[in-house]
Formats: sequence, C-alpha cells, structure tokens
Amino acid sequence: MQGAGHRVAITGYGVVAPCGIGKDAFWSGLLGPGITAAKTVEFADWNPLPYFANPKEARRSDRVEQFALAAAQEAFTMSGELPYDPTRMGSIFGTGIGGLRTLEEQVVTRVEKGERRVSPFLVPMMMSNAAGAAISMRYNLQGPAETICTACAAATHAIGYAARLVAWGRCDAVVTGGAESAVTLTAVAGFANMTALSSSGCSKPFDATRDGFVFGEGAAVFILERWDAAVARGANIIAEVLGAGSNADAHHITAPSPGGVGAQACMRLALDDAQLLPSDIKQVNAHGTSTPLNDSAEAQAVAAVFGSPTPPMTSIKGVTGHPLGAAGALEAAAVLLSFEHRLIPPTANTSTLGDDIACDVVTGEPRSWTPGPTISNNFGFGGHNGSVILGPAS
Amino acid sequence: MSQELFDRFTKCAVELLSVDAGKVTRDARFKEDLDADSLDLVEFVMALEEEFSVEVPEKELEGITTVGQAFDLIAAKAK
Repeated sequence: MQGAGHRVAITGYGVVAPCGIGKDAFWSGLLGPGITAAKTVEFADWNPLPYFANPKEARRSDRVEQFALAAAQEAFTMSGELPYDPTRMGSIFGTGIGGLRTLEEQVVTRVEKGERRVSPFLVPMMMSNAAGAAISMRYNLQGPAETICTACAAATHAIGYAARLVAWGRCDAVVTGGAESAVTLTAVAGFANMTALSSSGCSKPFDATRDGFVFGEGAAVFILERWDAAVARGANIIAEVLGAGSNADAHHITAPSPGGVGAQACMRLALDDAQLLPSDIKQVNAHGTSTPLNDSAEAQAVAAVFGSPTPPMTSIKGVTGHPLGAAGALEAAAVLLSFEHRLIPPTANTSTLGDDIACDVVTGEPRSWTPGPTISNNFGFGGHNGSVILGPAS
Repeated sequence: MSQELFDRFTKCAVELLSVDAGKVTRDARFKEDLDADSLDLVEFVMALEEEFSVEVPEKELEGITTVGQAFDLIAAKAK
C-alpha cells in the first residue's frame, strides 16, 4: 500500500453473521445452503450477554453495536494484546445506517406513549458512530476513531482507510471492519417498495433469474498493524492489506454507472495502490448483491479490468444476504478464510449465469486454489465504490 | 413504608440498573453504590412512572441521591 511505505498486517479478526458466529462457524455457513425462501436473513435468537459486563450495558447498546463488540472480542482474542501507545491506535469503522432498530422502536414509543417515554439512550444508541466509538472505548484506542457511512461500501472503505493510517505511519494499529443490523419493518418496506429486494426470496448473485437482494445483518472486525511492529512482537500474521481504491460514479443515487465504469476505475485504483497487475489477482470477491443492475454492471467492470477469462469470482451473498454496510467486512473475512482453507466458497443458489455475466463465477462446489492477491468490491447507494486487495501472509 | 411498594420499586431497580436486590436499600446511593449515572436515573424514573402510574416532573428529582429519597417521592404519589 502506498504512502509512507509501511506494510499492513492483519493479525486478528472476528465475525458475527446469521450463518455462523465466529470465523469457523461462519466458514461452515458459507459452504452450506443459500437463502431460498426469505426476504430477510436475521439471527433468530441473538444473545448479546456474553459480550457485556452486565445486562444494563447490553441493553443500552443497539444490536448493531452488540454485533461489533462481539466480533471485536473474537478479533482481539486472536491478535492478543496490542503493546502500542494508545494514542497511536485507532478505530475506523463502517456502517450503512447505525442504530435503526432503536430509532424505530423509539418512534413507536413516542407515538404510542408520548415524548416523555422516549429513552434517554435513544441518541447514543441510534448514532451511526456508536459501534466504532464503543470499540475505541472498550479497547482504549485513543487515536482516530471515525465512522464511514457510505452505504453498502462502508466497511470496504473503512478497511482501506484504516490500512492507510497504518501505511502512512499515523497509527501502529487500527481496528476496522463494519456492522449492520437494520432489518426493521420500515426499512424492509422501503427496500421492497423500491424493488431492490428479491420478490422470490432467493439470493442468487449473477444468476440469469436473479431478482433482487435478501436483506441481511452481521459484523466483522479486523486488527490491522504495522507489519514490522507485528513481526517484532511475535504476532501471528494472517494476511496483508495490499491496496485499496475509493471513488464515486457521480451518476445516480441508486443505479450503477453504465458498464460499471466507476467500478472499473475503482478496481484500477486499488491495483495501482497495491502496485499489482490485473493478472496478479487470483480471486474476485464480488459485491454480487443478486440485483439485476448491480450484478450486470459489476460483471462488466470485472471483465473490462481483468479480461477473459476473469479470475475466479464469487459472491457470498447467496448465503449471507446483503448486510448493507457490513457487506465488505463479512466479505473480507470470507477472503481470509479462503486463504486459510485454500478453497473459494461457491456462489450459493446460482446455477445458470445471466447472459450479461462474462466472468468465471464459482458455483456449485467450493473451488481449490493457491491463495493469492484477492480483490473485494463493494458499491453503495450514492454511487460509492470501494475495492480492497488482500493477500495471504508471506 | 409499604413493603409491597418497596418490593415493586426494588424489582424495577434490579431490572433497569442490573444490580442485586440486596443492594437496593434505603441508604444506597445511586451513583456510588448502584453505579447508576444520570441517564440511568432518567430511564429508571421512567420505569417507576410506568410501574406506579405516577408522574415525576424533572425538577422534583433535583437533590435525589439515595434509594430512600427516590422511594419516598414515588410512594407519596402512588396513592
């Protein structure tokens, strides 16, 4: 990654998703069946108590913050204690929305019971920066603590910016990732009425019959450190952040630019940042939401950047659904797991690619590979594009 | 002091403030003994208002620092 030239190591990560809590359960989930009969995929019985000192602390955290702290706990357990000056450790976190569940509950409370019953914790629970702030407080990270809210590109942008703070030498360690828990009745209605949700309740990215996304939730958290400092403290380095790109379509609030030209430029920015050629990329972890427009534009962009055949491309959203601002975090976790297991998880539910998809999409069984640099894309309403390139530790 | 009222008061405190019932004594101080900050107290008073069907204007809460003071305020209204 360009900048002051420090390499960026990933030394810990944690995942919370309906298909599995913890990285190993998540990986099993990714190799399992996709979503075939639901407009949403949520935890049926989420229990926040293991991640908090007492029920009061859990209750005053929105579920999006609970997810973030749960994933952070796994990540810090993996990385071990960070021996750095707290003022040189940061928290750069992503979310699309923030504490929407709390806001919606409290709107109902106000309408039904009046203003005097609105919780004094509404504001600190609904604010988008709550999850990142909670991580900085719990782990005493006194450097930059900023939250990126670029819709479905948020976590990818967060990982890229976090890595840059390390590469630039501003921070010795940055905790990053993203969380989302926004599946409320109102949000579901909004996405359904804009015809973004799958009418068949099936997430099948890049399939000829794809008809929209399935609304998901979850979180993943990553510990980034200066490579040389991680080596010096004897940390187990899992992977490297090689580069990142960020740009905007400046085209339309929800539709991607025709031909995915914004996405193409974004991937090229990430390649330049990593000083890699398209032929160096060995896997594409696609945004692949299962909407007709996204998948078409993204496939065109991938084909334009990488030529034919493209590197193997997969989307985990057949299993995870689309967790908005957490998407890039869950997908980065999937990439790290694909390094560990030397398998690329298949795009669940997808059997016949659309005519507009000229890419080598992994379907059916997981595919064996020799881990190499992998690009993960995410695109957000507003025209935000994010790409991050991760490589196995070497 | 009605034990029945105090039991209901204690139940609210246990639930809202995540404290053991044994710590909810008349002398217990919210901040020092029950680890309740000002926002906790606002939420706690809301729960008490619902439980006892009373209204406690904000200015009546000024100077209230102990469980006994808060209970007396509520009990006087809960007729």
